[in-house]
Amino acid sequence: MEFDTIAAISTPMGEGAIGIVRLSGNEAIAIADKIYRGKKGKRLKDVASHTIHYGKIIDPETNETAEEVMVSVMKAPKTFTKEDVVEINCHGGLVSVNRVLQLVLKEGARLAEPGEFTKRAFLNGRIDLSQAEAVIDLIRAKTDKAMNVALGQMEGRLSKKIRKLRQELIETLAHIEVNIDYPEYDDVEEMTHKVLIEKARYVREEIKRILQTSQQGKILREGLSTAIIGRPNVGKSSLLNSLVQENKAIVTDIPGTTRDVIEEYVNVRGVPLRLLDTAGIRETEDIVERIGVERSRKVLEEADLILLVLNNAEELTPEDERLFEAVEGMDTIVIVNKTDLPQKIDMDKVKKLAKDRRVITTSLLNDEGIDELEEAISSLFFAGSLEGGDLTYVSNSRHIALLHQALQAVEDAIAAVETGVPVDIVQIDLTRSWELLGEIIGDSVHESLINQLFSQFCLGK
Amino acid sequence: MGYDAGNYDVIVVGAGHAGCEAGLAAARLGAKTLMLTINLDTIAFLPCNPSIGGPAKGVVVREIDALGGEIGKNVDKTYIQMRMLNTGKGPAVRALRAQADKVAYQREMKKTLENQENLTLVQGMVEELIVEDGICKGVVTKTGARYYGKAVVLTTGTFLRGEIIIGELKYSSGPNNQQPSINLSEHLEELGFELVRFKTGTPMRINSNSIDYSKTEIQPGDDGPIAFSYETVDFKTEQLPCWLTYTTSETHEIINRNLHRAPMFSGMIKGTGARYCPSIEDKVVRFSDKPRHQIFLEPEGKNTNEVYVQGLSTSMPEEVQHQMLRSVPGLENARLMRPGYAIEYDVVVPTQLWPTLETKKIENLYTAGQINGTSGYEEAAAQGLMAGINAVRKITGKEPLILKRSDAYIGVLIDDLVTKGTNEPYRLLTSRAEYRLLLRHDNADLRLTEIGYQVGLISEERYQKFLAKKEAIDAEIKRLRSIIIKPSKEVQEFLRSIGSSELKDGIRASDLLKRPEVSYEQLLQFVPRDTEMSPEAAEQVEIQIKYEGYIEKSLQQVERMLKMENKKIPEDIDYDAINGIATEARQKLKKVRPLSIAQASRISGVNPADISILLVYLEQGKIARISSGEE
Repeated sequence: MEFDTIAAISTPMGEGAIGIVRLSGNEAIAIADKIYRGKKGKRLKDVASHTIHYGKIIDPETNETAEEVMVSVMKAPKTFTKEDVVEINCHGGLVSVNRVLQLVLKEGARLAEPGEFTKRAFLNGRIDLSQAEAVIDLIRAKTDKAMNVALGQMEGRLSKKIRKLRQELIETLAHIEVNIDYPEYDDVEEMTHKVLIEKARYVREEIKRILQTSQQGKILREGLSTAIIGRPNVGKSSLLNSLVQENKAIVTDIPGTTRDVIEEYVNVRGVPLRLLDTAGIRETEDIVERIGVERSRKVLEEADLILLVLNNAEELTPEDERLFEAVEGMDTIVIVNKTDLPQKIDMDKVKKLAKDRRVITTSLLNDEGIDELEEAISSLFFAGSLEGGDLTYVSNSRHIALLHQALQAVEDAIAAVETGVPVDIVQIDLTRSWELLGEIIGDSVHESLINQLFSQFCLGK
Repeated sequence: MGYDAGNYDVIVVGAGHAGCEAGLAAARLGAKTLMLTINLDTIAFLPCNPSIGGPAKGVVVREIDALGGEIGKNVDKTYIQMRMLNTGKGPAVRALRAQADKVAYQREMKKTLENQENLTLVQGMVEELIVEDGICKGVVTKTGARYYGKAVVLTTGTFLRGEIIIGELKYSSGPNNQQPSINLSEHLEELGFELVRFKTGTPMRINSNSIDYSKTEIQPGDDGPIAFSYETVDFKTEQLPCWLTYTTSETHEIINRNLHRAPMFSGMIKGTGARYCPSIEDKVVRFSDKPRHQIFLEPEGKNTNEVYVQGLSTSMPEEVQHQMLRSVPGLENARLMRPGYAIEYDVVVPTQLWPTLETKKIENLYTAGQINGTSGYEEAAAQGLMAGINAVRKITGKEPLILKRSDAYIGVLIDDLVTKGTNEPYRLLTSRAEYRLLLRHDNADLRLTEIGYQVGLISEERYQKFLAKKEAIDAEIKRLRSIIIKPSKEVQEFLRSIGSSELKDGIRASDLLKRPEVSYEQLLQFVPRDTEMSPEAAEQVEIQIKYEGYIEKSLQQVERMLKMENKKIPEDIDYDAINGIATEARQKLKKVRPLSIAQASRISGVNPADISILLVYLEQGKIARISSGEE
């Protein structure tokens, strides 16, 4: 929808200490006010234009403080887009900026399309004619790329789950519709509140589950959990150090985890990596030896990404082959380290064992091959689109925001049923939920409800 | 050959449900109007079921009435049964449905046409249009009469190259063995119109005397003063019931045994049929696990024994139709009066039309009704009315009247047709409307009377009455919002008695009414009204307060969409000149030529990026015009 309120992270992903979430549109200030808590109950709607305010961002659902922020409020028309603009300045990098973005999306802002702020600026007469073509190029180029990335991401389990959920919903909707459009048709029971609420609750629980478990959501919240494995002395700790040094590790203690491992976050070209069991690597250089086979299996199970390190200067051992077996079917990048030493490893055999997975040669000692590795990580995560970096992030945030909105619509439907609102009105909220889920997988065509109606029921005169 | 037969403002070709509305609207708006029809005895003919209204369609009838159309009034004068459907559901989906007396319906409409000032009714078959420089200037009939007109409305129904199919038999015919229109169809193709072939069908009619009603269930109408038209004051009290029976496994066996003879499956039928209007053979094949299908026996009128067998629509050979009938309880001895048949006909692909129903190819030529690929009397009437109004507005230099999707089902119908087209006979369903809660049958007058009045089809007297009703509703809602109901003993007792929670504090009367279990009538005992109020107005008060939250939500959606509706696209825009629009979107845009950004966004294959680019392009053009001093 055009002309609604849009939001996006307006600082480059993963760079800089401050991240800014920018909102633009009629509702920008109202949406920001929903999650902003200023001193002495100050509201953003009351402040003067072009002023900046200290405050906290809270999650209205739990009332928990999410971030400490500075918020700039700029009222139309003297803004970049000529609309009301709010900028929320967050500290704490990627994770916290994302959290704020999620909150504004949940409160009704729509994630901006690539170049959309610029487009609005143009449409509202802020930019002159000479820039119009550039705007068009931007829309076209970025959207296509985002589309590809989004589609690439959508293959797999999440989209399957959402399709299934939508199917459940549309069957229910068609059932309600057939009651309405064919009231004398005898083959279907009248949809009752009891049946409806069961369906709605089921959908609610499923959406919640998706939100909790979906890879996208998890990665956004926690980072891509990454395990570095390999025999002793192949260079695991050097790899760790290289990644950390290159990317300024964010060492965090995650509340609620009682594990004895320290996890380190690094941000590799926009991909947040959570390095697993790094303590183990640091201490003994040999994860398998130190924590035993069982533990290492567990680490592997938890991992989204495996970095399997081999030694260029030694022949492949049965142990190496066992590691290949252990990572069968997992996202893995094979690293052949120590190219500064004479090659003894059989590269053909490595490639055979690696199957279709990337094999990268490095000399961590000489800082060689790190770039290629980072590129491999990023392209794996962004489904083959190298520069799609922040775009995938965008599509992830978008999915999550849509899931939250779909959840809200189902909650509304349930509340309506509980207060005895007629089924055909409850249907409005359910349809909304169905449409929002459809937006995630890029399918929201109304006609499909009518198709469902006629394939599910035998109707006519 | 041929002769000049006269000059008119508007010429309407056809006198079915679309033609009647188009002709009446044009004449009532002061245009000198000619209506031509193949046969004057089949004006407003109901070739299929004898019922008018139902979900969505019933709302359309009321919308037509609020805009000053005739269908509602005509059925109110001639119905033999009336029912309110979906009374157990929310207000958005309630709908009226009438069983019409077919013959009386036709006679009544013919009388109305004959007595209409400015309207000339002539029997004649139009075979050609007079087109000069891309502008339609009249028509030529089979007998050589040349009628000149400033605008022409084609409402040819299923007559264009119509072919009836019964079993292995296929012959050239309009509905019910009337003369088909062959040459006009060919002429339209010559003019460059894209035509497609659609199919529809109708069940057999049987003699009431031969039905054993004791084996069927009675389906009576509703008592009480209900009518379609807001002007109707005279309600029919004497009603006829319908009857319900079912197909049997024997019926299904007969059908399965004879499938090779069914034109639907033998490949004889090429046209696209409607999924919502399948034949019984189609139903039996597609839903083979269903043990029986409903059959409603509907009387076709008071002065005839013909009964319409709803549910047995078929194009099986006649002898099989006999066998099928005999296998149905109550119809063992039924005497077939007319066999069921399928009919194929030409349709003008409706994306060739502007939202005014004027064709893009030929100026001042309009098409309305089944020729545009719809099915149903109500859908046809709605288009006829809009085409009639727009034809007159065009030739008198007025702005066109285009109803939005949020204004009326009529808006949904026409927008769907001209924006998306249709690949089967199009029927309105409530699920086609995004704002169903706003498009209710009870508020059609509140939505559209003002428009009908501005157009000139609503009388001053009716308009004043409407304003008074609206005022009364608004005043009462305001009153209920201002009164506080205190938790008195009586109030608490009442709330307990209906299973509602007691009040802790004073509450506004309007808020108490929002509780689903509290009705307006019950509420009035605590906040008595000192003025009289009609039941219709009272119903409005109740609905508008009770569903305020949902109505508000819908209105906000409409508001957002309105911004896009208001971004107009010039008719002469050159899509080839816009860089960056995807190829598929460009083709679609060139074909549909949407008039607003909102309409463009509804075309399948046009994605948000294309819309963005279109917006930027339009803005660019605006800036260019400003800088060259045009604006």
